[in-house]
Amino acid sequence: MKIIIVFLFFAALPFCLFAQQKLITKNATVSFYSFTPVENIEAKNNKLISVWDTATSHIEFSVLIKGFEFEKALMQEHFNEDYLESDKYPKAIFKGSIVGAHKIYLTVAGSYTTAVTGALTLHGITKQITAPAIIIVKNKAISATATFNILLADYAIKVPSLVADNISKNILIKIVVPSYQPFATK
Amino acid sequence: MKKIGFYITFTVFFLVGHAQDLLKGVEDSLPATEKVKAAFKSTRVINAHSIEMVARHNLDFRIMHRFGFISDGIKQLYGLDQASMRISFDYGITDNFTVGFGRSTFRKELDGFVKKRFLQQSKGLHAMPFSLVIAAGAVIYTEESFATIKPNTADRTAYYIQLLIGRKCNSRFSFQFSPILVHTNMPLNAADDQKIFGWGGGGRYKFSRRMAFTFDYHHPVGKLDSIYTSPLSMGVDIETGGHVFQLQFSNATGMNERAYLTQTTGRFFKGNIRFGFNLSRMFKTGKRKAA
Repeated sequence: MKIIIVFLFFAALPFCLFAQQKLITKNATVSFYSFTPVENIEAKNNKLISVWDTATSHIEFSVLIKGFEFEKALMQEHFNEDYLESDKYPKAIFKGSIVGAHKIYLTVAGSYTTAVTGALTLHGITKQITAPAIIIVKNKAISATATFNILLADYAIKVPSLVADNISKNILIKIVVPSYQPFATK
Repeated sequence: MKKIGFYITFTVFFLVGHAQDLLKGVEDSLPATEKVKAAFKSTRVINAHSIEMVARHNLDFRIMHRFGFISDGIKQLYGLDQASMRISFDYGITDNFTVGFGRSTFRKELDGFVKKRFLQQSKGLHAMPFSLVIAAGAVIYTEESFATIKPNTADRTAYYIQLLIGRKCNSRFSFQFSPILVHTNMPLNAADDQKIFGWGGGGRYKFSRRMAFTFDYHHPVGKLDSIYTSPLSMGVDIETGGHVFQLQFSNATGMNERAYLTQTTGRFFKGNIRFGFNLSRMFKTGKRKAA
């Protein structure tokens, strides 16, 4: 009898754990900026998905390239057609973990300066990146921001020489997660 | 005890397995229907309207040139001594409604048109296999007439309506059918039909990220003087940021619908080919509405 209870306990354990330890958001924002003396370009996508497993400190992000919105419609078309080739590579995905996660107490209000490190897959190419991040716990709500730079050359995003002065080789990326929600298991 | 061990192992595996792919099953709530964009690089394939529209509050400034026949030889520098041009402004009132007007040197014609997209190709949940666009316009020639009875404004006017049905098959290949009806109130050659129907179409094949082969062809149906032929154009689109350069070989002189359908004279396969180019520059006006 005892053994059966122990069995059940272990069998149920993973499900209980995940119900409580995974955090999710589907409406985080990712924006990027290209600054040059000629022109500043920015685009925004507020359909960034993120899942954070607080037990293992693993964190993943996924976003559809076609969801980026530019001020100029033509620029958006070129971004999809010529630069990111979104038909071929529809998503950008990050899989990594939070550095020093054991120092973050999600039940204690505060602002935690940390970093996220892992693999960013963009335009079919995967590279290791590390991004400084801030996690804010306030009134039991968890929000987060991260900022990092990527080089277009690292992801084989080619800029024709004619517009080389208009597009920065170094792109600033900002991630804003307004609030992580507990993962609702079905 | 062994069994407990098994369960612990199972639990650990479950943890590890989950951690590896957190996103699995999460991403399905994304927009299911997605519009297919950029079937052509420009709002004209070469001569004919394409299924592409000018984006809302954008202004497409176009300069189109057709030189003389290459078959005229070195005396005319292979046609480069003569040039016919059309200058036009197309404006996107909404993403699906464009208005435009143009001026051609050929017969000093003014033309204006409205273009509406009724269906846009999309994929996903409510997929639409093709785009459907209708363009309609009027053309007035303003060059001096030496006829004994001077033509009035109505006599100088022609109208057209064109149906465009097209599909972007994949990121490289797109095609469209573009049947057209042109009504000329007073054809230059009095024996010609007032109503000329044209069947035809066009396509593009993108061979690099910024370059594509294009062609368009129309065959006029109706009574036209035997000197008039079917306009056929083949070209290359080169896109550079806000500009699209369209370089082409065509037998048509005129660049509006009346002119290219009812007044093309060269025989393409007999060397009556003109070099030409279209230059399109897109300007953005006003703020884009946040979607």
